[in-house]
Amino acid sequence: MTLTASALVPDRAAFRHIIPAGEPYLFELKAGQTLRLLDLEGNQAIDTLFYSVANPRERYDPQRTLRRQNRAYLTTGSVLYSNLGNPLLTIVADTCGRHDTLGGACAQESNTVRYALDKRYMHSCRDNFLCACLHDGRLGKRDIGANINFFMNVPVTPEGALTFEDGISAPGKYVELRAEMDVIVLISNCPQLNNPCNGWNPTPAEVLVWD
Amino acid sequence: MTIDSLALQAALYEETVPGGGHMSFILKRGQQLRITDLEGGANVSLIMLNAGQPSERLNLPDTLKGQHTARLTAGHCLYSDMGRVLAAITADTCGWHDSFGGVLNADEVREKYGAGRYQELRNGCFRNGVDNLLVEMGKWNLDIQDLLMVVNLFSKVLVDDQGGFEFVPGNSNAGDYVELYAPMDTLMVMTALPHPMDPNPRYAPRPVRLNWLQPHSNGTAAACRTSRPENVRAFHNTERFYL
Repeated sequence: MTLTASALVPDRAAFRHIIPAGEPYLFELKAGQTLRLLDLEGNQAIDTLFYSVANPRERYDPQRTLRRQNRAYLTTGSVLYSNLGNPLLTIVADTCGRHDTLGGACAQESNTVRYALDKRYMHSCRDNFLCACLHDGRLGKRDIGANINFFMNVPVTPEGALTFEDGISAPGKYVELRAEMDVIVLISNCPQLNNPCNGWNPTPAEVLVWD
Repeated sequence: MTIDSLALQAALYEETVPGGGHMSFILKRGQQLRITDLEGGANVSLIMLNAGQPSERLNLPDTLKGQHTARLTAGHCLYSDMGRVLAAITADTCGWHDSFGGVLNADEVREKYGAGRYQELRNGCFRNGVDNLLVEMGKWNLDIQDLLMVVNLFSKVLVDDQGGFEFVPGNSNAGDYVELYAPMDTLMVMTALPHPMDPNPRYAPRPVRLNWLQPHSNGTAAACRTSRPENVRAFHNTERFYL
């Protein structure tokens, strides 16, 4: 894996926001702005979706994104394509090295399947997504497709197995994306406690944006 | 790879979808659909929704992570985002169905195959998966927001240890088939088009035959239900929906 650092200085960011563990955050980026997602304490999955501000029906498309780069994981150089075939954002720096877009987001309903029926009542990313979407008003359940799990490690083996490995992230690791159009960013700072995707301990994450 | 069962099943109907064709219908609870690759090298892009409440849809990430697999074959279930089983793969003679490749749109088909307009080619014109699925979904009052990740039946894409994709030609031969059992009323939307990563530079979609079957015992999906504890719970959630 190749790691790419960024020269951007946090003190010069246009805005900064710390997302507490387990919470959603919806905000906008203008075309040309750079977004840094910062894993403050390490091994924290940041479940993320992107939409065009001009036309929120246009959204992140994981299959097109993977197909066009011919690789199963995201890192520096990955262009995040929309369902209409347009670049939404490009990953321009990455000190973690690999991010997942096959594992999806946790949900009450999938927790009942994956772990036990009584895990239904635990907090989940898709509940976070839905809550933020319905408050925002431009998005709803139909708009919640497969997401990116920044800082999550979900390798596919040559035999076709999908495994959830311990994170390869660490405190202070970050990924940076340049917006290619005005986008809505929808984040759930993952509250999952049933597997190691958050190191069994969900922690805060920071969002920084530069003009 | 076939899970053979002694279950009695009646044939209900049969139809051939030509290469490039698109199709949608409700596979009713308890019915089974066999899809057969007639010539070899077919690919069927498939999405599925809860016919009664189509905000509930195939969720491939939940499907894959729930069963710790990136390939789909007999014994696997296709989960909705609500933790239920839209379909169980009860039989499969080719062993691998792809969850990575997605579908091409009109621009991507033009880039790959060149111009192939109706004006010159009539019904041999070059179709694309996005438009075919979108049109078929529109007939059920669905929209582009409902077009999520698709399964590409009969196709195989490997991932190497660096994460690179490799399309494997010849995964499906003439006569290979896959069977999908629906434990709930499932809206099936499909199109028979080449896999997006198929390196063949010539547009050559292959036909598939659809056979609707009515199993007369509940043994058909038993192997899928018990193949993993996750599937036991997903079937439980499905049956609870019909209380």
